[in-house]
Amino acid sequence: MTPRLMEGSEAMAEAMIAAGCRFFAGYPMTPFTEVLEHMARKLPAVGGVCMNAESEIEAVGMAWGAAATGTPAATGSTGQGLSLMQESLAEITLARLPLVVLNMARAQGDYFQATRGGGHGDYRHLVLAPGDVAEAVELVQLAFHLTATWRNPVLVMGDYYLAHTAQSVAVEALDFGPRPEATWALDGSTGGSGHAKLVSFLGSVKQRDDVGYDLSEYYAACAAATQSMIGAVAPLAECFCTDDAEVVVVAFGTPATYVKAAVRALRADGMAVGLVRPVTLFPFPSDIVTAATHNARAVAVYENNQGQMVDDVRLAVLGRAPVHFIGGLSLDSSGFGIAPDLDVSVLRRRIAHVAATTDATVPSAVPGSR
Amino acid sequence: MTRTTRVDGQIVVRTDHAPTQPAQLVDDFTPALIDVGAHHLCPGCGEPIAMRAVLEAVAELDVARRTIGVFGIGCYTAFSNNLDVEVLQALHGRAPSVATGVKRARPDTVVFTIQGDGDMVNEGLQEVIHTAARGENVTCVMLNNGVFGETGGHMTATTVLGQRTKTSLEGRDPVAHGRPILLASLLAQLDGAAYVARGAVNNAGNVARTKRMLLQALRTQIAAVGFSFVEILTMCPTGWFIETQEAPGYLADNLAAVHSAGVLKDVLGSPPQPGTEEGL
Repeated sequence: MTPRLMEGSEAMAEAMIAAGCRFFAGYPMTPFTEVLEHMARKLPAVGGVCMNAESEIEAVGMAWGAAATGTPAATGSTGQGLSLMQESLAEITLARLPLVVLNMARAQGDYFQATRGGGHGDYRHLVLAPGDVAEAVELVQLAFHLTATWRNPVLVMGDYYLAHTAQSVAVEALDFGPRPEATWALDGSTGGSGHAKLVSFLGSVKQRDDVGYDLSEYYAACAAATQSMIGAVAPLAECFCTDDAEVVVVAFGTPATYVKAAVRALRADGMAVGLVRPVTLFPFPSDIVTAATHNARAVAVYENNQGQMVDDVRLAVLGRAPVHFIGGLSLDSSGFGIAPDLDVSVLRRRIAHVAATTDATVPSAVPGSR
Repeated sequence: MTRTTRVDGQIVVRTDHAPTQPAQLVDDFTPALIDVGAHHLCPGCGEPIAMRAVLEAVAELDVARRTIGVFGIGCYTAFSNNLDVEVLQALHGRAPSVATGVKRARPDTVVFTIQGDGDMVNEGLQEVIHTAARGENVTCVMLNNGVFGETGGHMTATTVLGQRTKTSLEGRDPVAHGRPILLASLLAQLDGAAYVARGAVNNAGNVARTKRMLLQALRTQIAAVGFSFVEILTMCPTGWFIETQEAPGYLADNLAAVHSAGVLKDVLGSPPQPGTEEGL
């Protein structure tokens, strides 16, 4: 397939359709809006349905209903809209339904919402955070594979840059292996059989002898399924120049691309710095971070928020090296998280400062930094 | 021997002597599409009667093998794992959007929702309004007893003026609490709504009439001419704080006096004529 110049929103829409998505519902909100626009245009052409829902709550409700029929479905929003969806997302997870959810985020303040789960009850979502458009095309398709395999929603964490940056990509259907047959899916056909299907977050079996649901038994089964998923899904991360790194920076999403440029520039100046970019935010690639920081004298974390992923990095490093937070909420007047901090020279200075304050042998002034 | 007696004008079941014989199951009236006939809802509750009418309508139209019921959260949720039709459990207030997703993904199915007045009119009012306005080919059923029965008798958006609840202790007051929403009347104004009716289950005649409404609502959906809605007034003696036997009369005198029963809209059939059985 010939590569085509596409902004991330369109590439992600194409990738969803390539992965088999046939139902999409959303409510416009920048930078999610463009994904919805592309789905509205592309999905009917392949026999799918795209709903311009009346609210985010209805968008996730519609996606819930479609998912329950075994139709590969997705919804999404920005973090604010996802806040509205959390009650449903929690129960969809406890109903063990597959669903792909996009968070085209403003800045990176939704890390906790994504990785801890913004809703009630005991559940986890797999969270994938692409670093650029080409990776988003892969991860969006992986998300559909994982959600079908584990019957658990998968969140794809994008951002404003990913949505609006055009990159030359070829969207081809990727084969991640067979997906299990959706024997649980509803189509009405088991009605009147004496064993009509039930899809519920309260329990998976029909009442026969006694009343109601055994919630503790059902929730225990859900927790066991969640643990199986966490144990089986391989955490992913990109490691750049970490083998001999004395200072390792951890960053995710588009900001990691800027950090990578800063690391490359510092390497050119002779500084032993490296980058770990978590690709799965949950499960967090703790082992990869642990290995990559094994020889590091210091670890730095850049996020465009007040410090959220830094907690996971500290858990992975477990006190073997100081972990410095070098990010911070950086917003311009647009409100979309177009961070003034995403400036390679600014990031170089911050990384160099960590190196300088950790070990006096590292030069405190780096040529070219400000 | 009389089983009941009157004490201070109240009808009570006599318990001053043992029954002469143990209880015997004479017949099981459980309809085919309900798995277990026994339920654990309160004595005098109208919801099992309404559920029965819905399931009988599905059976009579011979669509059980393509029907999906979407349940809200309330006392009636006890039936969500007790039916022999496929069931999808939704959140409180959210059944209409979930039903929309089911129907759009599988247009060949027959989709109904079961919600209470608290679920549909309080928590999720915009859902049912938008679903009706879209002309979604689903059938929404609202079991309206004018209280949050499951929480123990609290005021809902359909509680009638003067009705005493745990959160309107001296009766619903228009200044303090606002006025009730007459949902069927509201939905009937929307162009996307093709069938709108309000029935009740407080006597045999009303049960039969309500079932005819449910049949016509499902026929409307199957004909794909738009949104269909049946509001069913149900008894809740526990939430109304009255004797079980008084509940049917209380429904007629209070709820039905405000939420008038009748067919408000029927695009498939002829418009309801005032003064007739189906008309207002």
